Parts: sequence; structure tokens; C-alpha cells
Amino acid sequence: MLNPALVKERMPEQDPELRNKNFSEVALGYTPRQAAAEAKRCLNCKNAKCVAGCPVNVPIPQFIEQVAAGDFSAAYRIIAEQNALPAICGRVCPQESQCEGACVRGLKGEPVAIGALERFVADQFLEGSPAGNPAPERKAQKVAVVGSGPAGLTCAGELARQGYGVTIFEALHQPGGVLMYGIPEFRLPKALVQKELDKLRLMGVTFQLNVIAGKSITIDELFEQGFQAVFIGSGAGLPKFMGIPGENLNGVYSANEFLTRSNLMKSYDPASPTPIFVGEKVAVVGGGNVAMDAARTAKRLGAAEVSIIYRRGEAELPARKAEIHHAREEGIRFQLLTNPLRILGENGWVTGIECVAMELGPPDSSGRRSPVPQAGSEQVTKVDTVIVAIGQSPNPLISQSAQGLAVQRWGGIVVNKETMATSKHGVYAGGDAVTGAATVISAMGAGKKAAKAIAEYLALAESVS
Amino acid sequence: MYKIVKQQRLNSAVVSIEVEAPYVARKCEPGQFVIVRVDPDGERIPLTIADFDRAGNTITLIYQELGYSTKRLSTKAVGDELQDVAGPLGQAAELRKTAKVLGIGGGVGAAPLYPQLKKLADLGSQVDVILGGRSAELVILANEFRAFARQVTIATDDGSLGLKGTVVDALLRKVRDENYNRVIAIGPLPMMRAVVEHTKRLEIPTMVSLNPIMIDGTGMCGGCRVTVGGATKFACVDGPDFDGFQVNFDECIRRQLMYRQQERRFEQEHPCRIGWEGTKSC
Ligand SMILES: Cc1cc2nc3c(=O)[nH]c(=O)nc-3n(C[C@H](O)[C@H](O)[C@H](O)COP(=O)(O)OP(=O)(O)OC[C@H]3O[C@@H](n4cnc5c(N)ncnc54)[C@H](O)[C@@H]3O)c2cc1C
Ligand SMILES: Cc1cc2nc3c(=O)[nH]c(=O)nc-3n(C[C@H](O)[C@H](O)[C@H](O)COP(=O)(O)OP(=O)(O)OC[C@H]3O[C@@H](n4cnc5c(N)ncnc54)[C@H](O)[C@@H]3O)c2cc1C
Ligand code: SF4
Ligand code: FES
Repeated sequence: MLNPALVKERMPEQDPELRNKNFSEVALGYTPRQAAAEAKRCLNCKNAKCVAGCPVNVPIPQFIEQVAAGDFSAAYRIIAEQNALPAICGRVCPQESQCEGACVRGLKGEPVAIGALERFVADQFLEGSPAGNPAPERKAQKVAVVGSGPAGLTCAGELARQGYGVTIFEALHQPGGVLMYGIPEFRLPKALVQKELDKLRLMGVTFQLNVIAGKSITIDELFEQGFQAVFIGSGAGLPKFMGIPGENLNGVYSANEFLTRSNLMKSYDPASPTPIFVGEKVAVVGGGNVAMDAARTAKRLGAAEVSIIYRRGEAELPARKAEIHHAREEGIRFQLLTNPLRILGENGWVTGIECVAMELGPPDSSGRRSPVPQAGSEQVTKVDTVIVAIGQSPNPLISQSAQGLAVQRWGGIVVNKETMATSKHGVYAGGDAVTGAATVISAMGAGKKAAKAIAEYLALAESVS
Repeated sequence: MYKIVKQQRLNSAVVSIEVEAPYVARKCEPGQFVIVRVDPDGERIPLTIADFDRAGNTITLIYQELGYSTKRLSTKAVGDELQDVAGPLGQAAELRKTAKVLGIGGGVGAAPLYPQLKKLADLGSQVDVILGGRSAELVILANEFRAFARQVTIATDDGSLGLKGTVVDALLRKVRDENYNRVIAIGPLPMMRAVVEHTKRLEIPTMVSLNPIMIDGTGMCGGCRVTVGGATKFACVDGPDFDGFQVNFDECIRRQLMYRQQERRFEQEHPCRIGWEGTKSC
């Protein structure tokens, strides 16, 4: 019954020329027939390489087997044991460098479309039954979770499932972290994230919005309020700028600001009072998922010409392969091996960007080939908007205000990698706040690991008292 | 959640509201601000905490009806709730006992000035105040300042109250016979720029409060960046108060106007939702 096809089932997508003018989801998902056909490409390997490639070790061949057999709810149960947010991960995980990158079918032809299958299974379940697992017997102990991105949500869900009282403190008016304010609707529909939030509410998790840890309340005060453990999942929200002349001109955005205006504040909707400025010609600096999202959003908001400016080459682009491909299809131009030197302006507004061509030098100590500027290749391109998407680091608001919380020089919270315990007693941390900007799945993995350690810590605390 | 418990119109464009906001009231200090969303799907706007009542869990906000969101705020009445009030944000102003302080408040800038000067007076500083406005009606909080200030000087453009002229004219007059150790100037950017031009020459250290366009107010978007002493700062986390001598005011003014056309167009296209007159007609 093995499907010998060397290529994946193609997931239906909106036409590029239509979709680059709307915010609806680009990839439309498999039909049940397609899912079954794709599932039959899986060899059900004994020593499944894909599972080792998955940061949370989803039993991939087992769930795929159920898809092939048509038992989607069995497939869902298998995934959900290891991954609490499969509808999200199926859409945004960098599968090519994780499970699919390790799949043996990829040695000859394309790997099994594990991400697409995960998404299919999760979507079936979400449509079928929205109910979350009701919380079992409640325990008296309370845990505070700071930040409601994937790390915080996962940690909260795991602890609520075990009956702990969990309160999430979130700085913004909307929970979800980057899933809500960063990743655009056309890649991750916000209704999906809302469903996950609703599930947590049904499990008894409460949300305190507009509370900025370190400002509205300190970590020590959370303990004074009766929380016995704290998980910090505050992400890496601090945008980096290039430090080149002209960066404070009108028309220069951090990707965070540009995407927050569009996603969280809905400025793509003319009825939203939050404005956004999109010129005719937009330059986006950077090559990761954030840069792709900013570029594709600018295009959808009406920019005539959008370019990605990246200092390394195609092979080094850190974004998901699917997003690079989608961006190209939508008409985003790529200026690779190019680095900005300064942003030019007139009357305070951006009018152009001067860049220099780069060449990749020999590999450095980290094994990466670092780009070297080519003297004499400087060139000015006319643009009226520049979006800087060169990375984010952890926000120092919490570390500045929490006594005894050790942080790295660049801002990452120091943790014990096995337990996610910080240097402060009873305080755990995980996700981008610890690693710097990384992935949804690694943030979830950290939240889960921390939840396990927190439960053990609380059980011990109770047995002692 | 964030119920309006008191509301008072101070003049034709400025309103004072007292709002329940327990997390903010418990911890806020003079100089800090909150981010408010009036309605679901509303814009996030920063407003300075003009006063607070820790026991009553409330804060006072004094705002000028300028555009869409501040006018929307005025459609709310006592008993209504605001969608969101987040804070306290920003650094508390560094306020130490200072022999002689001169506070300068332009228009609604008197509101953020008030808690800072009150605290300085409580610490035992001698406090003088200059309040300015286009006309008598636009000068706010004069009586509140009189409760603790040694002298309150008023300057109006049209001379309808106090001195005829700007706060800068009043400043130049005051420094003729007083030696101030410190000036705190809060008001429109051009006013603060003009004050600093003189205090720099007079060598009186001057703090100003910057009000760039903000979104999150937590250091996440970088939209509030300002240049101070040649370095880029995020006003929401590094400020909003800065050493006035170091601020690049021209850049601040330019950045604050970034969305002016869009704001105006939006307000024109959504008139029926604005203001008390508007609400009657729709
Ligand atoms: C535009 C964009 C696109 C991306 N695309 C992908 C992708 O395709 N695939 C992928 O795997 N990863 C992607 N990532 C990365 C991924 O989103 C992050 O690695 C992940 O969200 C990190 O999760 P987190 O829970 O650690 O933090 P976050 O998602 O950043 O959430 C942190 C939360 O904490 C809140 N917070 C911060 N400080 C405080 C405080 N002091 N008090 C209270 N709350 C606070 C924040 O408001 C936020 O809600 C993308 C990131 C961005 C920005
Ligand atoms: C830290 C901080 C504290 C503030 N405290 C107060 C306060 O206590 N009381 C008060 O009345 N206002 C205060 N402001 C200004 C207030 O946030 C703006 O007036 C408000 O956002 C305008 O919103 P709007 O929709 O009503 O007007 P919009 O339609 O957004 O703007 C109308 C006009 O005002 C200009 N503008 C836009 N944003 C600002 C801004 N942030 N500051 C000044 N002008 C702006 C625009 O260029 C436009 O021309 C503060 C701003 C900051 C950053
Ligand atoms: S490695 Fe590929 S073929 Fe083997 S079990 Fe995993 S998905 Fe199936
Ligand atoms: S308002 Fe976003 S960083 Fe200051």
C-alpha cells in the first residue's frame, strides 16, 4: 500500500496574485484524500529518524499510520500527548531542519510532508470538538506564568492539567505572544490561537492582561501574593537596529512595530484607528521568518515593490523554506549578499537606502562563512519605507527588577537546562527569554520541561510543609 | 475592570478622569504613564499618571481632546469602563530635594508636571511654577499648584490671564531675580525646545518629558525612539523624562507628526463616533 511518489502531495494554496492582496491563509490544507495519500508515503521506520529530529519527539510514524487508516482522532491523541499546539506547529515549525530534514524518504525525493499531516490532523480535531480537557481535582498550590507566548501557554496548560491553579500575567491587552502580534494572519489564523486560549480557560487558567512584570508587579511580589512558583516566558521582544545613519527617519520601522501595527492593532483594516505607513517601495532588511512576514505584509498593504535585503546568500537565509518560496511567488524581490550602509532622507522622510555588495569569506570559528563588503560596489536604491528585521533580544524589564535573577550579558535568563530553574528559588524560565529569538516548538518544549520540574518542586514543597 | 469613577471637564479641550486601575495605583510614581485603550479594537494611547490614590486603587488621567482616541475617551461617562489600562510604564522621575525648582507647564503639560512638583515640594524643595496657555481658559490646575507652590505665574498668549506672552517670556522674567537649581519643563515639543534654548544658556539643568508616538510602551516596538546625547533611546522604557540639553527636539517633532495625514483622514471618515455632539447624530 506504500505510495511510491517521490514528491509530496501538493497542498492547495491561494493564487499568489490574489493572496498578495488579502490576509486570508495562504496554504489551504490537505483534503482527507490527500492526507491519506501522503500518509501512505511513510515507511513506518522502526528506528524513525524523524522522531529524533522533532524537538518534542512526537511519535510521528504512529500518528501517520492512523492517518493512513483514516482514524484521525486516534492520530490526534497520539500527537497531543507530546505537542499541545499541533495546529500551530504544523503551520510554523521549520520542518525542513527538524523532522522532515531527517526523514529517510528525503534521501531520494522529498521527505514525507509531516508538517502538513500534523496540521491536517489538528484542524480536523479543532473543527470536530472544541472542548478542552476539564481540569481534574484542583490542587491548592498556585503558579504564576509571566508571558503568554507558546512557552507560557504550554507551561500553563501542563500545570493546569495536573490541577494546579495557574494565572498568566501578560503585558499586552491580548494573550498569545508572537503568535498574535508577530506572525501574520495569512500564515497563522488568529482564530486558531484563540481556540487554544479558550481551551486553557476551560481548564481553569486565568489571564491577567495589561500586567507588566517588573513594572506592575515584581517577581518577589508574586510570591507575596501566594504564588508558590513562577515561570518566566517573556520572550525576546526587544528589536535590534543596525546602528547606521538615518535609522530614525520617518518611514523606518522595526519589524516588531510594523507587524504589531498590522496584526495586533489591525491597521490593515481601514476601520482601525491605529495607523500604519506603507510607501510605494519598501526595503526589508534581514532574512529570517520575521523579515519574510514583514515583506509579505507590506505587499498586502499595497506596496508596489518590496525587496528583502540580506547580507548572506540564498543557502544562508534562516527563514522557513516554504515562506521564502511563498514570498518569491508573491513578487517579493531578493537582494542577497547586500548590506545597508545608511538610509537617506529628505525633509525627515526616507528616500533611499545605500547598500554595499558582500562576498562570503572563508568559514569562521563557528563554521559560518562571514560576509565581507566589496569596496566600490556601493549603490543607492530609492525606497520610502525601510523595515529592520535583523533580530530581537530579551527585554530587560524583568531581569532589571528581579533580585538574584542571573542573566547572560546579552540578556538571556540563565537556567539549568534539565529543569529550566533559574538562579532564583522557585523561579523557572524558558522560551526566547532564555535562548534569544528561536522557534515556537523550542519555546513549547521549554515550557513543558519547566512544568514538569515545577510540579516536582511543588510536590516536594508540599511534602515538607 | 477599569471603571471611570470621576470625570471633570477642566476646559473646552481638557478633561480629567479618575479610573480604577489597581495594579497601576499600587506601584506608580511621578513621571510614569499608562497605555489606555478606550474600546475593543481601540488604539493604544499613552497618558501620564497625573495623580493616584493607592488606598482607593485609582489613578487620575488628564487628557487633551486632540484626535480620534482622546475624543472617544470623552464619550465615556462615570460608571463606564475603559477597555484597557496598562502600567505603570516608564521610569519614575528622579526627584530629590532641591533648593529652588521652577516647573514650567504648557497647556495640558501641567498635568504630568503636577505629581513631580508636588513630590518635590513634599521633599522640602522650594517650588515655583509657570503655567501657560493660549488663553485664560486653557490654563489648568492653577489652584492645585497653589496648594504647595511658593509662586504660580501664569502666561497667556492673548493676555487674558496673567502675563501676556509665552512661558518663555515668563521664564526670562523669573530668572532675573531668582536663581533656580533646576527646571522641569513639560508641554508641547516646540515649547520645551524653546525653554531649553534659554536654560542651556543660563546653565540651569532642565528635565523635559518626551511624548513620542508609542504602541506597546514596554520596549517591544521601538516606535518611540528618540535621540538623546547622540544615542537612540526608547522613550517608553528609558524615559519619558530626559535631560533637556541632550534631546534632539527637531527629530522628536518630525517623528511625532509621522501619521498626521492618516490621523486627520481617519477622524474625518469616522466623525459619527467622535465626541458628544457626534454621538447624538448617529
Ligand atoms: C514575525 C515572527 C515570525 C516568526 N515565525 C516563526 C515561524 O514561522 N516558526 C517558528 O517556529 N518560530 C517563528 N518565530 C519565532 C517564535 O514566534 C518565537 O520563538 C516564539 O514565539 C517564542 O515564544 P515565547 O513564549 O518564548 O515568547 P513570545 O511568543 O515572545 O511571548 C512572550 C510574551 O510575554 C509577554 N511579556 C514580555 N515581557 C513581559 C512582562 N514583563 N510582563 C508580562 N508579559 C510580558 C509578551 O507580551 C508576549 O506576549 C517568529 C517570530 C516572529 C517575531
Ligand atoms: C509618555 C506620554 C505621556 C502622555 N501624557 C499625556 C497626558 O497626560 N495628557 C494628554 O493629553 N496627552 C498625553 N500624551 C499624548 C497623547 O498620548 C496623545 O495626545 C494621544 O495619543 C493622541 O491620540 P488621538 O487619537 O486623540 O489623536 P491623534 O489623531 O493620534 O493625533 C492628533 C494629532 O496629535 C499628534 N500626536 C499623535 N500622537 C501624539 C503624541 N503621543 N503626543 C502628542 N501629539 C501626538 C498627531 O501628530 C496628530 O497631529 C502623552 C504621550 C506620551 C508618549
Ligand atoms: S523518517 Fe519519514 S518515512 Fe520514516 S517514519 Fe519518519 S516520516 Fe515515516
Ligand atoms: S512604545 Fe514600543 S518600544 Fe516604546
